[in-house]
Amino acid sequence: MKTKAGNKNWGSNAITYGMVILAYAVMQAMVMSGNISSLMKGLLVPLCMYVILAVSLNLTVGILGELSLGHAGFMCVGAFSSAVFSKCMEGVIPNTMISFLIALVIGALAAAICGILIGIPVLRLRGDYLAIVTLAFGEIIKNIMNAIYLGLDSKGLHFSLKNAAALNLEEGGQVIIKGAQGITGTPKVSSFTIGVVLVLLTLFIIINLTNSRTGRAIMSIRDNRIAAESVGINITKYKLLAFTVSAALAGVAGVLYSHNVSSLTALPKNFGYNMSIMILVFVVLGGIGNIRGSVIAAVVLTLLPELLRGLNNYRMLIYAIVLIAMMIFNSSPKAIALRSQIADNWKKKHSREKKEA
Amino acid sequence: MALLDVENLSISFGGLKAVNNFQISIQKGELYGLIGPNGAGKTTVFNLLTGVYKPDTGSIILDGKNITGKKTIEINRDGMARTFQNIRLFHNMTVLDNVKVGLHNHYSYSTLTGIFRLPKYYKVEKEMNERAMELLQVFDLQDEANLLASNLPYGKQRKLEIARALSTKPKLLLLDEPAAGMNPNETAELMDTIRFVRKNFDMTILLIEHDMKLVSGICEKLTVLNFGEVLAQGATAEVLKNPQVITAYLGE
Repeated sequence: MKTKAGNKNWGSNAITYGMVILAYAVMQAMVMSGNISSLMKGLLVPLCMYVILAVSLNLTVGILGELSLGHAGFMCVGAFSSAVFSKCMEGVIPNTMISFLIALVIGALAAAICGILIGIPVLRLRGDYLAIVTLAFGEIIKNIMNAIYLGLDSKGLHFSLKNAAALNLEEGGQVIIKGAQGITGTPKVSSFTIGVVLVLLTLFIIINLTNSRTGRAIMSIRDNRIAAESVGINITKYKLLAFTVSAALAGVAGVLYSHNVSSLTALPKNFGYNMSIMILVFVVLGGIGNIRGSVIAAVVLTLLPELLRGLNNYRMLIYAIVLIAMMIFNSSPKAIALRSQIADNWKKKHSREKKEA
Repeated sequence: MALLDVENLSISFGGLKAVNNFQISIQKGELYGLIGPNGAGKTTVFNLLTGVYKPDTGSIILDGKNITGKKTIEINRDGMARTFQNIRLFHNMTVLDNVKVGLHNHYSYSTLTGIFRLPKYYKVEKEMNERAMELLQVFDLQDEANLLASNLPYGKQRKLEIARALSTKPKLLLLDEPAAGMNPNETAELMDTIRFVRKNFDMTILLIEHDMKLVSGICEKLTVLNFGEVLAQGATAEVLKNPQVITAYLGE
């Protein structure tokens, strides 16, 4: 019995990893043979980024059971911190891959530190209150990034909140963050392959974390906080841990993003409230707590608006209809009953055919 | 020396004295009952003992250690585990995982070991599975180990809650109305289970119960609570004959 459950779990995870690898192989084959539009090609890295964001947010929303609306904020921290590093190190570290790997660690760490700092006061709150505070955090981070000026010369880093002239750079010094204009000329290192590797890494971390002692402690808090306390689970510690891991992985998505665009700016479109909500939509539609569902939802809902581009004005309408239909299919009691009925019928028919044969 | 020594315990909510001057002394290995009418403060006493509420006055000594005012998780580590009147399981986790959460503080590996699946992970998980299955077998839950806790029938949910509490290796087990909502057959079975737990785990048990058949059947000593104060205390048979107890709780 025990081993059976273990195998089942393992099989389910293998499907998730396999799905990602298969999708990668198919897309890569299409890229190689040139059977892909440039539009789709440009979407491949963002797709990976959205999957990472959705899966990591699922740790907070699905596994820990707390609503966070500031996920784009952590992504923003990861994006900017890693872009600053890459700009400073351009030419210093000759190998771009090594530089990118360090940038990845820096982005994840910066986002994790923000996660801890935000988490300590915020995780005392529950439900709606937590959602509101994380939402505010996301907006604040975005606005701070819009106001910062950062420059580099032989004396080191210069910082200002006024304008580029206030940095007092030496001759030959360069401005790294130009306020609202953001960071331009970050090395474009991100590729589809790196993206998929990071997706697999994220899945690996989240799935293994969930199926470990730590994961059980986190889920016990979600299911019943009072009971978890009564059996000696340290609520604050595990809440903060889950929140921090989630933030760090959002930071990784940010690194992927910042090394894929020619100019990095903190706009409402990429790091604002809309982005956070969109990631949450992926998680909710994929099924809260369902990792594979998050992956599928992120891919489908990112591709859909692009594939429907030909329909112009109707595309957002169709997008909305698909959202509603998925919601009904996933959560309405009648739809669930219908699905299980269909599955039963299918099983019956199948077994009958087997007998007849 | 008593395993649990409580003296002068009081708490007020606003103007209401929910528990006043409560005292109890439980010897190791005893099966002790806490009874009283609805609203007498029985569950409040449990919440005070387990650190959910901080007492206004009084002291709680568990096995020679003062645990007054400590946090719930510290009190659990010091050796007190409980079940709840309204069952509180981890509903979306399997029966096995419910017990493994209880084992959390007794089998340990780091978060990173868990993520990277180092050899220690497999070793400790195997030990945890074995220990958890042992506990489930005691409560005849081994066949349901991989079901979600919410899919268990009511009686088995009660049992699982006791199994989970026991998995934290307590010295003292608090059961809050374990027979609530059970039919006579299930109650009889529960009485056997409680006796079994006490014998095989060498457990000291304090239970709240309204089912007088269960109380008179298995408890050796009773404390009767009325309006937050101790009305009577002593051996079960004597307490149940006490005229004050009959008027306040049992009825003529």
